[in-house]
Amino acid sequence: MGRISDAMVKAGGEDRAALIIYLCAGDPSLEVTPALIRAAAEGGADIVEIGMPFSDPTADGPAIQKASERALKGGATMAGLLKAVAEVRASGCDVPLLLFGYYNPILAMGEETLCERAAEAGIDGLLVVDLPMEEAGPLRAAASAKGLDWVPLVAPTSGTERAEEIATTATGFVYYVSMTGVTGSKATDLQSAASTAASLQNETHKPVAVGFGIREASDAAVVAAKASGVVVGSAVVRTIEREGANAPAAVREQVAALAVGCKR
Amino acid sequence: MRATIDLPPGFDPVTGRFGDFGGRFVAETLVPALDELTEAFYSAWNDPAFRKELDALLADYVGRETPLYHAERLSEAVGAEVWLKREDLAHTGAHKVNNTVGQVLLAKRMGKTRIIAETGAGQHGVATATACALLGFPCEVYMGAEDVRRQAPNVKRMELLGATVHAVESGSRTLKDAMNEALRDWVTNVETTYYCVGSAAGPHPYPLLVRELQAVVGREAREQCLKQMGELPDAVVACVGGGSNAIGIFAGFLIDQVQLIGVEAAGEGLEGKHAAPLNAGKVGVLHGAKSFLLQTEDGQIDEAHSISAGLDYPGVGPEHSYLLHTKRARYVAATDAEALAAFQQLARLEGILPALESSHAVAACWPLAKELGANAKLLVCLSGRGDKDLDTVLAALEVKKGAH
Repeated sequence: MGRISDAMVKAGGEDRAALIIYLCAGDPSLEVTPALIRAAAEGGADIVEIGMPFSDPTADGPAIQKASERALKGGATMAGLLKAVAEVRASGCDVPLLLFGYYNPILAMGEETLCERAAEAGIDGLLVVDLPMEEAGPLRAAASAKGLDWVPLVAPTSGTERAEEIATTATGFVYYVSMTGVTGSKATDLQSAASTAASLQNETHKPVAVGFGIREASDAAVVAAKASGVVVGSAVVRTIEREGANAPAAVREQVAALAVGCKR
Repeated sequence: MRATIDLPPGFDPVTGRFGDFGGRFVAETLVPALDELTEAFYSAWNDPAFRKELDALLADYVGRETPLYHAERLSEAVGAEVWLKREDLAHTGAHKVNNTVGQVLLAKRMGKTRIIAETGAGQHGVATATACALLGFPCEVYMGAEDVRRQAPNVKRMELLGATVHAVESGSRTLKDAMNEALRDWVTNVETTYYCVGSAAGPHPYPLLVRELQAVVGREAREQCLKQMGELPDAVVACVGGGSNAIGIFAGFLIDQVQLIGVEAAGEGLEGKHAAPLNAGKVGVLHGAKSFLLQTEDGQIDEAHSISAGLDYPGVGPEHSYLLHTKRARYVAATDAEALAAFQQLARLEGILPALESSHAVAACWPLAKELGANAKLLVCLSGRGDKDLDTVLAALEVKKGAH
């Protein structure tokens, strides 16, 4: 088992949901990214998703769109992102890291090359937003060959049968999208999303984390009561946008508050 | 269910790919919606009543068939025989309406209650707003803020037709950003909303669906060529942005001994800013499909440039990538200046103001005449009329005059 699975098991053993925090690499700069990753880990994040900035993030709302734009304007590249990850590992931080983003930058580097370099840098798994089950075969194989976990998305529109089929491809956990919408939208019904996640867990024996629309500890608590993991992205990205130089301290504090919500 | 659709060469209905191109690179939320759309598309095409309703609208409302016109004075100037397929004479002034009438009719059959679309030049937006007015749907159109400025008359037309136009301020503020925003709307409102994609691009089944709806252009043109020319043309020429007018007219001639020539926008030149992924891009994934793209080494999408808003897109429909790959079609490019000159020629020699998009296809006739000789017969898809481009053309001509 890899770091991601270990983290899910550990959180479950402590009677809490795993807290998964999204950061956009390169926002506000690649120099600050390692400090932000460490701050999230110190605040109590069990897993950190490292967003690969992309010029055309069609599944993201304004917060992450703007973060990606800032990162790209600041010169963030895939190579720079991997260097920042290596730096985090060199500093002794071993929080599980999930590379999160869109397919084209991966394709541009080459699927096998990307997986090899990501594994070397200290990445533990991949989540690719625009790569549904039918298209994911080659990248999943390349990831698996380098010992990287594969985290697929399940949506409210997927339906039970398809959701279970998708879950069989998961190795770290399954990411359940709480609603039809883009990242950062206001949650519609976290209660029922958590219930759907719980029944998917029961059927498939795979840990399921819920993301989209979770902003505060009270939201996290609703999800944590039933699901194995809670993902928070845009809310943290907004903090980074607002706080500037003070962002690592502010993120540490925000993550600590969210972690309280994850306790059962 | 399999359809009464002539599947194009190289197309695999299971993967939705033309060879290695196409597919379905979208967020999981949209996959079931694309399955639903595929089923509805096949089922509608198997239903004679649906086909009859669509054919009647194309005839009585759109004004099909559109004429094939032998442009004799242009032919003389070009140095080869030029025939124009007059899609500019279709209702709303471009081929786009062939697609929107079909898709909005399909949306009605699917029980959707709201239509969204992206638009570049505004022609697809106008055509979607038109079909929505006709069939009684609320319509919201996403348009890059830069295009809202360049194509102001079309914004007004959409509004008069009852549509709401959203100016998109993100990214390059052109067609690709409008498509991003339309996808975000669709992923949010997928249960109620039909996304009317404007080109033979996007995730499966859109490239197949839009091709099928635009293939009427090629079917008509082939029959008209046989009747009016007495034979097939030597070459079929069409401009390529996303590539729906080109794929529509090519579809009629794919299995014939006829050259197929797509004309991309070379903008300021292929070494500078352009919109010619088939000439100078590489394979990647954008907006749901694998195809040729303008992109950086790091896989970020490059901004396209063309004087024509409808060609100002960094990607291209996947079937064109396949036709390039198999060498069944050839893709050349015309610059802003060449398109502008062709616009003026067609206006003065034939009394036709072509769309700047279509002007690129006309511009390619001169080099083709040199290559193929004076006896060559060129069939050119005149995909749209140029009224929407008057501001752009007049401004560009002013600049040109100032430079001399």
